[in-house]
Amino acid sequence: MTVLEADVRGIAAPPTRGILARLVRRPLALFGLVLIGLVVVVALGAPWIAPYDPYEQFFEGLSLEGAPLPPDGTFWFGTDLVGRDLFSRLIYGAQTSLIIGVVANGIAVLIGASVGIAAGYLRGRTEIVLMRFTDLMMAFPALLLAIVLAATFRPSLWIVAMVIAMVNWVQIARIIYTETRSLAERDFIEAERAMGAGALRIMFRHILPHLVSTIIVWGTLGIATTVLLEATLSFLGIGVQPPVPSWGNIIFENQTYFSSAPWLVFIPGIAILALALAFNLLGEALRDILDPTQQGYH
Amino acid sequence: MLAYVARRLLQSVLILFGVSIITFALLYILPADPARQIAGRSATAQTVDNIREQLGLNLPFYQQYGRYLIGLVQGDLGRSYLQKTEVGTLIWSRLPASLLLMVGAIVCELVLGLTMGMIAALRRGTALDKGLMIFSFVGVSAPQFVIGILLLYVFAVQLGWFPIGGYGTFAHLVLPSVTLGFLGAGWYSRMMRSSLLDVLRQDYIRTAEAKGLTRARVIFGHAVPNAILPVIAMIGIDIGLFMSGIVVVESVFGWPGIGQLAWQAIQRVDIPIIMAVTIVSAVAIVIGNLLADLITPLIDPRIKLR
Repeated sequence: MTVLEADVRGIAAPPTRGILARLVRRPLALFGLVLIGLVVVVALGAPWIAPYDPYEQFFEGLSLEGAPLPPDGTFWFGTDLVGRDLFSRLIYGAQTSLIIGVVANGIAVLIGASVGIAAGYLRGRTEIVLMRFTDLMMAFPALLLAIVLAATFRPSLWIVAMVIAMVNWVQIARIIYTETRSLAERDFIEAERAMGAGALRIMFRHILPHLVSTIIVWGTLGIATTVLLEATLSFLGIGVQPPVPSWGNIIFENQTYFSSAPWLVFIPGIAILALALAFNLLGEALRDILDPTQQGYH
Repeated sequence: MLAYVARRLLQSVLILFGVSIITFALLYILPADPARQIAGRSATAQTVDNIREQLGLNLPFYQQYGRYLIGLVQGDLGRSYLQKTEVGTLIWSRLPASLLLMVGAIVCELVLGLTMGMIAALRRGTALDKGLMIFSFVGVSAPQFVIGILLLYVFAVQLGWFPIGGYGTFAHLVLPSVTLGFLGAGWYSRMMRSSLLDVLRQDYIRTAEAKGLTRARVIFGHAVPNAILPVIAMIGIDIGLFMSGIVVVESVFGWPGIGQLAWQAIQRVDIPIIMAVTIVSAVAIVIGNLLADLITPLIDPRIKLR
């Protein structure tokens, strides 16, 4: 028993040990980490970093003709179409992106992992019901489903997070399912079962630890997808609702001005791209390091 | 093979059935009231009730769905609430534009993606390889609406090479196709790179080199054709991405396809159109996945169908 447990821990522990040190040695991963760190700091420190109130419409924030102002010394990134400071709105928008990215993707991973583990370990009727439902969800165009869902429930920050989670759990469920199925046939799980361990105990104590790397990798890559989906929904006007700033809805509000005031579209656009890119680079590096699909860690 | 295809077709039908139930249920619990929407703001409660009865919106869920399903299997997608036309007619009139856009996107993503992947693989480890792979990450991470607006700004507003939006000529097609294909180009370049590197490691490549073929003959005569096939087999899977993408791309460029039709219908709670577009998309996605699964073993006989 003790030998077996030690053995299990021994297999489960190494892939996640010393990850940070190995990530930092990769320039692209380091770049991603730094970018993410920057956005986190900006989001947490928004009240102290933002030069202005993101909701205040400045009288001097519009030109005499009533057009938004281009970037200058007073308004670093210019102003939007009602004279609000774009820089301050971007800083507060970072909060929105991160909250949605982490919460929505957290829920998606939770649902996906639970479905995948349950279907892969319990098999039988549970497997059929869960995996056929997953197949069904795969046939929905993600954005259309999210739009219909967002239109069904009035969008608020948390609703948007839920909608994204309901769309994004599918892929991770399929990956976890495949891995659980192969894990469930391994000897140490068989041994646990022979010793009378219950299904819940096996799933949580013995299977889950082996899926940690997979969950970390897909959890990270999923944040990039989530950030993009939130931005897209907000760009269509059915994500996070103005006046609460989100990088997507800043573009939604100002898109008609894109030819005369391009900074109002491209500065938030670069922010979205940078955050999604950062999580993609980090996730890809983690995949290289942890290599969960090839199970090269035992 | 035949049994496999039959089983997959049956599965596909069941999946489509499920998609229709879920979408119908979601739209059923929609807080917006379509009857009131149709009647207009100044309508009396009596008028609204009449409309509700006329459309069968007062019936319980299973009856409403039953009616819809009976129509659906006969190819009847219902009537639009607001446009007073058959939904089928609307979809048929919009579908060619969307298909054209998707063909354009496939061309773009293959040309861009395969070229980038090929160059990266042949220049493996160089700065060019690294640069291309970083660029492919940018492609995968860039929101489509930002790419669309950026292309419009640079090539339509500033340079004036292409029209700002609309539909009709080849020039109208270019920017929307690039926008829709950009994401895929990112994926294809990565897949092509790893596929070509894989092929270049094979014994038959060494044989070809050993018998004295020029480097160009080895690469373009033997390596590239073998590397391209498994990558191209993935096109079917892209349909899912496209079906999501067209909603955004068509709205940015004012492209008159089913994406825009769906988006307008969602804003006006025109339920029959939303249902129809969802089902058409699901059909396309299911067919795309099926094709991808059927083509792969034809290309690589080592893969067996299960």
